[in-house]
Amino acid sequence: MTPDPALLSDLRAALGADAVLASPEACAPFECDALTAHRRSPDVVVLPRTAAEVQSVLRACRHHGTPVVARGAGTGLSGGSLPVAGGVLLVLARLNRILEVDPRRRLARVQPGVTNLEISVAAAPHGLYYAPDPSSQVACTIGGNVAENSGGVHCLKHGLTVHNLLEVRVLTIDGELLVLGSETGEAPGLPLLALLTGSEGMLGVVVEATVRLKPLPERVELLMAAFDDVRRCADAVGRVIASGIVPAGLEMMDAPAMRAAEAFARCGYPTDANALLLCELDGLHHDVERDLQAVETLLRDCGATALRVATDATERQRMWSGRKSAFPAVGRLAPDYFCMDGTIPRRHLADVLQRIGELSQAAGLPVANVFHAGDGNLHPLILFDAGEPGAVERAEHLGAEILELCVAVGGTVTGEHGVGVEKLGPMCTQFGSGELEAFHAVKRAFDPDGLLNPGKAVPTLARCADYGAMRVHGGKLPFSHLPRF
Amino acid sequence: MDRDGTDALLAQVREAATRGAALRIVGGDTKRFYGRAIDGVPLATRGHTGILRHDPAELVLTARGGTPLAEVETQLATHGQRLPFEPPHFGSGATLGGTVAAGLAGPARAWAGPLRDYVLGARILSGDGRVLRFGGEVMKNVAGYDVARLMAGALGVLGVLLDVSLKVLPRAAAERTLALELDEAQALAHVASLTRGAWPLSASSWIDGRLYLRFEGSSETLDAIAARVGGELLPDCGSFWASLREQTHPFFAGEQPLWRCTVPGLVAPLSLGSVPLVEWNGMQRWYRGVAEAAAFEAAAAVGGHATLFRHHTGAAEVFTPLAPPLLRLHRELKRVFDPAGILNPGRMYVGV
Repeated sequence: MTPDPALLSDLRAALGADAVLASPEACAPFECDALTAHRRSPDVVVLPRTAAEVQSVLRACRHHGTPVVARGAGTGLSGGSLPVAGGVLLVLARLNRILEVDPRRRLARVQPGVTNLEISVAAAPHGLYYAPDPSSQVACTIGGNVAENSGGVHCLKHGLTVHNLLEVRVLTIDGELLVLGSETGEAPGLPLLALLTGSEGMLGVVVEATVRLKPLPERVELLMAAFDDVRRCADAVGRVIASGIVPAGLEMMDAPAMRAAEAFARCGYPTDANALLLCELDGLHHDVERDLQAVETLLRDCGATALRVATDATERQRMWSGRKSAFPAVGRLAPDYFCMDGTIPRRHLADVLQRIGELSQAAGLPVANVFHAGDGNLHPLILFDAGEPGAVERAEHLGAEILELCVAVGGTVTGEHGVGVEKLGPMCTQFGSGELEAFHAVKRAFDPDGLLNPGKAVPTLARCADYGAMRVHGGKLPFSHLPRF
Repeated sequence: MDRDGTDALLAQVREAATRGAALRIVGGDTKRFYGRAIDGVPLATRGHTGILRHDPAELVLTARGGTPLAEVETQLATHGQRLPFEPPHFGSGATLGGTVAAGLAGPARAWAGPLRDYVLGARILSGDGRVLRFGGEVMKNVAGYDVARLMAGALGVLGVLLDVSLKVLPRAAAERTLALELDEAQALAHVASLTRGAWPLSASSWIDGRLYLRFEGSSETLDAIAARVGGELLPDCGSFWASLREQTHPFFAGEQPLWRCTVPGLVAPLSLGSVPLVEWNGMQRWYRGVAEAAAFEAAAAVGGHATLFRHHTGAAEVFTPLAPPLLRLHRELKRVFDPAGILNPGRMYVGV
């Protein structure tokens, strides 16, 4: 679609011609985020340098009734920053300054385009760090982290993005500045900072974030345990947590994921085992010592066939390297894979893994499981070959079945990757029309004309009617009151 | 006790919505003083009670809104767990729903985080008589807007809390409280130096010229800390911290207005002409008998805010006024969940 010339001229006047891209060649690199299955080249890309320029962009879009999609580094896994037809893509990467790191107040104030890891690097000389560590932390930006409420491997103990934010400055579609939260994390009124976190760019555009910094732990230990049975490993996860220990990280891999990771990273995983558990403990010296002994005893009781504690930081890094490269490692097993992101109550881990195995067999598509066991956040990787006729559809169908299984046991269709465009269908399984209508109404309260990232995160009721028509549950059609097309 | 009162509450809310009649949501009626004074027919939630799920290995508890807070805490304690934000009861009948709606935290706030950090899910009854479920019972969940967390501290203006799911945590292995003789400025500086390290400082308070520091961890850790921090070991520290949490300490006695100022912890003593009780590593400072405008201004001047917490007969506003765009947004959100404006109307701000 050709961009509206009046809009283009407003944008160029506000930002300068070099910060407004409108040619197909210049816009093409922004056609997708890390969910590459969905692509759409934007008509206009803007690259503002200041919050005032972001404000001008939003006002221009509001004035011209043009949709606008905010984007950080484009590392999202659900298509949340996929451009929309006829819209502007608002790239915040140039707002990349760390405004303040204050060790006395234990906080950092940053622009939205600063990467997650940059904050920890800047804080490190003060013995501090920023806790949430999504796997894309080298590249992903804090603005995107706020939009997605990003997690990582240390969430159970150290929290998600929402637990580590103090204040966020947000521009509404009207270009109005909202200050949500405060340096203390306490603010009068409704907790709108929590509502904004994870709202996928639908309610406002983050132009500044103040995050909490934590002291680097005095001692860290990483323990690796092998099991010959997935169920025993899954049960061990529950036993560790019920014992009163909250590990900094508790990660599990099944045999296919572990073998792929070992082949990829040569990290010393026992490839003859059927499940692997990585348990990281951090804190003060004596507390970690006590917990380490307790966890070792517990895992032996749970039937661990091999136990190893990393002797130093180098070995710890090597043991983590396999887990952290598990996605690309599994990616080598098949031409294509889908990464799912359901979360379940931990008590159902063993049963859900078994059921995923059965669904995988029935679909004729292998599934490798690598996940944040401590949080119950699963990442089943469905392997397929898109070149094979019907394979994409079968993989999508299997993915939907896995997410429906997560919802059926009391879980959710997305733990940390977001809904974006990818999980609009499965959202219809998790929520009824009342909740979905409430979500749309919340959006209208912030963005009456629906210009911010339209069509993402919350499915329309009509879409759910279609999704339900495709996927009838137990003979009962959801949204039966809606007309069907 | 286990009783599902959803239908009765639903009927009352629908009936009130039809007539446009204001309801005042009442759990244990222990926090009636908190927020702007409102009129309304009481909507009693105590008949909607019972712990629905608590599997210690999940670190999650789900209970009905009318469940006594004491029942929840006893259930958790039986399994060596706790509500980390240490909520105040302010009376014997406090309910879980009222606790979440008030959004208040006790002495552990600066260490454990605010109540909203622990909200995982909620089933609410909206002002137009719909039962809606947001969030869930898992630690990580980014499906849909986080409306469940929005209920934390919302004072019931967006909905009646039918069920709430909270993240819970294990209790500390051990706790110890040390007391040091310091003036206010010295105490603030001392706490600031402690919070820069990885000290497990689970609470701090300065009152009557003494700084009280509560640490938690293994007994070896606590021994090492005691040797480095010095001061006097406080026996029976549980009752001291409870007296702050429940405001039974003599500082809180009497009918003078009680102000709560929340300010960055490092801010120097505020000149409000009254000696405060300081908590949360300097972030929460209580004052008695200060003029309304003075407290709002003094807190705002240092990047904080103030609340007229108790004894506010006749005051127009008890919470720091919001910037106009934020107030507008609050009113819009009120309309989303309570279009007839019948749930605790005006308890937070006019029109909210």
